[in-house]
Amino acid sequence: MLSSVILTLFGLTVLTFLIGRVMPVDPVIAAVGDNAPEDVIIRARAEMGLDQPLPIQFLHYLNQLAHGDFGMSVLTKNPVATDIARFFPATFELATAALLLSIVIGIPLGVWAAVRQGSITDQAIRVLCLAGHSVPVFMLSMISLLIFYSALGIAPGPGRQDIIYDGMIEPVTGLLSIDTLIAGDLDAFWDALTHMAQPVIILAYFSMAYIARMTRAFMIDALKGEYVITARAKGLTGLKVVWSHAFPTVAVQLITVIALTYAGLLEGAVVTETVFAWPGIGQYLTTSLMNADMNPVVGSTLLIGFIYVGLNLLADILYRLLDPRVQ
Amino acid sequence: MLVDIQNLKIGFKSRTGFHQAVKGVSLKLGTEKLGIVGESGSGKSLTARALMKLLPKSTVIEADTLAFDGIDVLSASERQMRQIRGKRAGFILQDPKYSLNPVKTIGAQVAESWRTHKGGSRREALEAAVNLLEQVQIRNPQVVAKSYPHEVSGGMGQRVMIAMMLAPDPELLIADEPTSALDATVQAEILRLIEELVAERGMGLLLISHDLPLVSHFCDRVMVMYSGRVMEELKASELLSAKHPYTRGLLNCMPSLIHPKDRLPVLARDPEWLK
Amino acid sequence: MNAAFRTWALSEAPSSRRQAAWGNRYRAWLNLKGNPLGMIGLTIISIFILMAIFAPLLATHDPATQELANRLAAPNAAHWFGTDELGRDVFSRILYGARVTLGMVIAVVVLVAPIGLAVGCIAGYFGGIVDTALMRITDIFLAFPRLVLALAFVAALKPGIESAVLAIALTAWPPYARLARAETLTVRNSDFIAAYRLTGASSWRIIFRHIAPLCTPSLIVRVTLDMSSIIITAASLGFLGMGAQPPSPEWGAMIATAKRFIFEQWWVPMIPAIAILLVSLAFNFLGDALRDVLDPKGN
Repeated sequence: MLSSVILTLFGLTVLTFLIGRVMPVDPVIAAVGDNAPEDVIIRARAEMGLDQPLPIQFLHYLNQLAHGDFGMSVLTKNPVATDIARFFPATFELATAALLLSIVIGIPLGVWAAVRQGSITDQAIRVLCLAGHSVPVFMLSMISLLIFYSALGIAPGPGRQDIIYDGMIEPVTGLLSIDTLIAGDLDAFWDALTHMAQPVIILAYFSMAYIARMTRAFMIDALKGEYVITARAKGLTGLKVVWSHAFPTVAVQLITVIALTYAGLLEGAVVTETVFAWPGIGQYLTTSLMNADMNPVVGSTLLIGFIYVGLNLLADILYRLLDPRVQ
Repeated sequence: MLVDIQNLKIGFKSRTGFHQAVKGVSLKLGTEKLGIVGESGSGKSLTARALMKLLPKSTVIEADTLAFDGIDVLSASERQMRQIRGKRAGFILQDPKYSLNPVKTIGAQVAESWRTHKGGSRREALEAAVNLLEQVQIRNPQVVAKSYPHEVSGGMGQRVMIAMMLAPDPELLIADEPTSALDATVQAEILRLIEELVAERGMGLLLISHDLPLVSHFCDRVMVMYSGRVMEELKASELLSAKHPYTRGLLNCMPSLIHPKDRLPVLARDPEWLK
Repeated sequence: MNAAFRTWALSEAPSSRRQAAWGNRYRAWLNLKGNPLGMIGLTIISIFILMAIFAPLLATHDPATQELANRLAAPNAAHWFGTDELGRDVFSRILYGARVTLGMVIAVVVLVAPIGLAVGCIAGYFGGIVDTALMRITDIFLAFPRLVLALAFVAALKPGIESAVLAIALTAWPPYARLARAETLTVRNSDFIAAYRLTGASSWRIIFRHIAPLCTPSLIVRVTLDMSSIIITAASLGFLGMGAQPPSPEWGAMIATAKRFIFEQWWVPMIPAIAILLVSLAFNFLGDALRDVLDPKGN
């Protein structure tokens, strides 16, 4: 298991390295400018290590990565690692809050649909979930801003906090909702929460759809089990049969689903952050993309890939620990 | 009278039409041992599950009478049924590999059954569970109580199932092919255990099986079902003088060590039986 | 004629292989017809395809003609869906945009399905080191959220429809490979494959003539369900400025250029968004229904 994870991580690195090397803009020209004399270009190329064969360049790249060096961002003039450390907490806050919300809503909804399989309730939940798969995240974000911010005026606009709180909160964890609490500033905390509400609910809807659908599918299978008949024959209530007999058998499978969902949330965050001007990794990625700033693109992509592999590994370990059937 | 069934009909709706699986079955059962015998699809399991109202909601059940100890099952609410299920009638399923919950310990499953109907604390329930496991002749009940169903053998699993169903001291035990999934040597042990416990506790027994000699050996009366109908009902001791051609056919298909036959006869089915 | 076909197809005792096959197809169709969501999806997709094919006939205006005096008009009799920031007719642009979207989706599927099928079948059939190597590569591509990897690819190539198609294709094949491999594993050791091997058929012939066709039905279901994801990824790329470029009437790109009008002339970005939603919802409805019909166990 571990060897396959390492292989996958290595493959990720190769892939992102290649993406970074086949870009249309010559990074040397980009760095020294179009009109630089020939000898400057050659010297810069050698300095950047780009005159060497690809495998050597790759080893060099690996060595950099091992030291936590993702290169410099042309746009922000900062090391990419520093930028990521600054932007990632915002994305983490968004995605984690969305995940918690989607678990709390998605699982009961999926269980409910499975128990009422074929009923109107089931159909309604199915349509709700299919819509969640079908609606582009940017569309929901725009509609939400249009209705709750522009038309009704009950939600704050884009951004992570009101300008009046800008720079007032000491960053400790980087998670604004927690930092404001640490600072003891309840107004700022409330402000942070209201700013989170729209992007979090939109992202949560999207992942809730997936969680509910998978829960429904697993539960339908579980409810067909003979042990469900046994539980009913014991005289248990319907609620107990469902939640304390059928559900525990699928709970472990759901862990994998939730890990996958989290990766999907990172993807959704890329678009949502753009619409809500949320200063997270997604916005960092897209802004760098627009400006053909390749190091941040490769760095963020690699980071998201690593997170994804890490989550899968975690799900696998939890699965082994929690399911008595796995030896 | 514990069980009174008159003219029970069970059917299923599907996209292509309606399928009648049980077509008018009647039976009465007191504190005695009744065996229902029939091949798969004869409706014997459905009959037993209908009595406990354990069939899916889409099932269509009709009957002139379907009563457990005078309680009309057809009109009984879920709440009333929960007072019968487990508490007054235990139901043993075929294969412990599937009928025990795979992610709960054996002790917890037996204790749950006890606690649901008798109340008490979690600890009392667990103690009762260990005691029950001992009653079904499991040698190291403490250890077994802590293990999961996949860690024990089929015979052991079925003992656990019996312990679980006996926990609330029911008046009736329904056993739906309790030994078909087990090895031949274990089968006899489990049946003997059921027989002993039924006798000891003075329960009624409804034993469902496809094994005619086995049932006649353990029961007072035998009912033979075929294609959703009762073919014949008779005392177990009179089985050999059965009149119905289906019962005779079943008996003829048995291999015998005393009178070996070159070739076992094939059961001839007569559409007339279903009229 | 209809009734005759019905009795012929639904015959309990088909007299030829063809009759049995048609019987299965007809039963599947009857099942699909009984699924209201599936039929809604099929209807919308049909309309969408017709729109794309007959766009020049249906369009009320030239999608590229600007009418700056009449910018950002609300829907009216002359411009059914209003006009955009350059005074172009949104209705006509939506029609032509259907062509772009449909074209991209078809291009992706044509690229992806055969690759996924081939990789999966080869990995599953040969097993061993081939399987391990191919599946490891698949896992690497699976380890990125689709949009993120597509964005990186597009950035490395250059923004545009062709790059977007290629990038989506590069990120879309792994699930098909996984699926085809799983299906191959279930049939690989069956007797009829052994029989083909005994008749001297080559591995390649067995894979492409006998195993691949068996994987196709589940692949079709998967493709249908995947369509909406492809459409949304394409639109998201367009929205982020990395897919189709203006003045292309691609729906995502239309939203990208019009999104700054969301608070004043909200219909300008919202109409293409609704188009995307309808088509992707339709594919999900149909895919969900097809799965129920073709793969009753899969749920």
